[in-house]
Amino acid sequence: MIEGFTALYIFMLAAFTGYEVISRVPVILHTPLMSGSNFVHGIVLVGAMVALGHADTTLERFIGFFGVMLSAGNAVGGYVVTDRMLEMFKSSKGRGKH
Amino acid sequence: MNTVIEISYFLAAVLFILGLKRMSSPLTARGGILWAGTGMLVATLITFFSPDMENYLLMTVAIAIGGVAAWWSGKRVAMTNMPQMIALYNGMGGGGAGAIAAVELLKGDFHSPAFLGLALLGALIGSVSFSGSIIAFAKLQGLMKRPLRFPFQHQVNLVVFVVALAAGGMIINSGDTAGLGLLVFFALALAFGVMKTLPIGGADMPVVISLYNALTGLAVGVEGFVLNNAAMIIAGTVVGAAGTLLTQLMARAMNRSIGHVLFGSFGEGHDEEQGTVEGSLRPIDATDAGIMMAYAERVIVVPGYGMAVAQAQHKIKELMQVLLDRGIDIKFAIHPVAGRMPGHMNVLLAEADVPYDRLYDLEEINAQFPQTDVVLVIGANDVVNPMARTNPESPIYGMPILNVDQAKNIIVIKRGQGKGFSGVENALFYADNARMLYGDGAEMTGELIHAIKQL
Repeated sequence: MIEGFTALYIFMLAAFTGYEVISRVPVILHTPLMSGSNFVHGIVLVGAMVALGHADTTLERFIGFFGVMLSAGNAVGGYVVTDRMLEMFKSSKGRGKH
Repeated sequence: MNTVIEISYFLAAVLFILGLKRMSSPLTARGGILWAGTGMLVATLITFFSPDMENYLLMTVAIAIGGVAAWWSGKRVAMTNMPQMIALYNGMGGGGAGAIAAVELLKGDFHSPAFLGLALLGALIGSVSFSGSIIAFAKLQGLMKRPLRFPFQHQVNLVVFVVALAAGGMIINSGDTAGLGLLVFFALALAFGVMKTLPIGGADMPVVISLYNALTGLAVGVEGFVLNNAAMIIAGTVVGAAGTLLTQLMARAMNRSIGHVLFGSFGEGHDEEQGTVEGSLRPIDATDAGIMMAYAERVIVVPGYGMAVAQAQHKIKELMQVLLDRGIDIKFAIHPVAGRMPGHMNVLLAEADVPYDRLYDLEEINAQFPQTDVVLVIGANDVVNPMARTNPESPIYGMPILNVDQAKNIIVIKRGQGKGFSGVENALFYADNARMLYGDGAEMTGELIHAIKQL
């Protein structure tokens, strides 16, 4: 179990990492990056799966099912839209140069 | 098996961070999403092998439904509607975090009150992000036209929030994590998300969506502690921090503080006083406008959300080509918040193959307007409104704008005589050097091209 100060340290270091990773991002990438970070928190799917996997009552199963469904939507949808945006950046760059 | 799972989660966390890092540079951005995607795939697949799991059938069905629906909608949504799709998928993530918390609370199996508190905190943030994002989606999708405001709104919201906190406190105090208190807690948290978002005008939506994105990240991180899941803790917290920074960057570009967006009363009751702009609107037809552009030396195009709505970016690209063929220097001025989100216009113009090196941001281009013969404003409004410079009474006063009014001639393509997204009258349209070209963005650009080709 990650507890107490260890938890706090992990939280702090992860927060700094997030801040640093995108601190010098050009404006043109703001929307794709927001979309990309939206995809990354789709990792909530893993937690929803665990929650549903351990659900015992009907109500828990129902909420767990709902949670997995929403989380899967977050992960898949986040990936698809980010990929589509970034794809355009690439194609424009390749063809725009000639 | 547990070690393999832990290693996979660790790997996923590393891939997420590296992926985000790559996404923050145009050269490596494309690879970044693949890295993060690989991390997600690894983490998801290995979770099927977690110990003591049941309900595999339900799980697979849920993933299939959510995944296919999101895949289908994500693939076919128009580029212009990307912002609201981000809001929608983000809301789903918040709902996921809320659902995890609900299941854990119903089970009520907590090691210490601290974990119970964390579960409630994640539930609160996740639920607010869920319902708030859905309202944001509805607003951008046009399902909800006007901001909903009533007297003492912020006070009422505050009361709802405080009562939700009190309900949470009672749950911790009584230890009854599956009772009526939980229902009240979730209902109030969801209501708060809705009520907080309803009064916010469309112009502030990018900031709000970005904020909810950060909140979902935080909720996921917090629930990660509850479930003792390192991948969730790290990915969620990283997104929480990155999203907060991104929100600040966006708010700064719009010259608005996050506090103002959330607690301000943008445009409230000002409508009457605002409509007092001197002068009249002067229409122009496409042929005259085309001639004006054809004999210019330097042209700057200022695209806005209207271009996105009209799907005019391909026509604009064509217009660029026609003008370039005549040896006219053409540039694009991109306001940081043109469209509905920073970078929105860049994405659309990239889709239409407008080369990067013709796009200029606010600082680069503002000094060039006085030497520009014709500025073509297509579907932009608030970002070119000189009242942001001149009228301290205006709600957009102080917002950095493109100084289009300093150009020699201005052609504004606009659907009708309505006000901008913020509901503020635009003094630019009444300026002596401005001419209005009324009509659909794509259609009018087509007519401009036609007029120039005729010469």
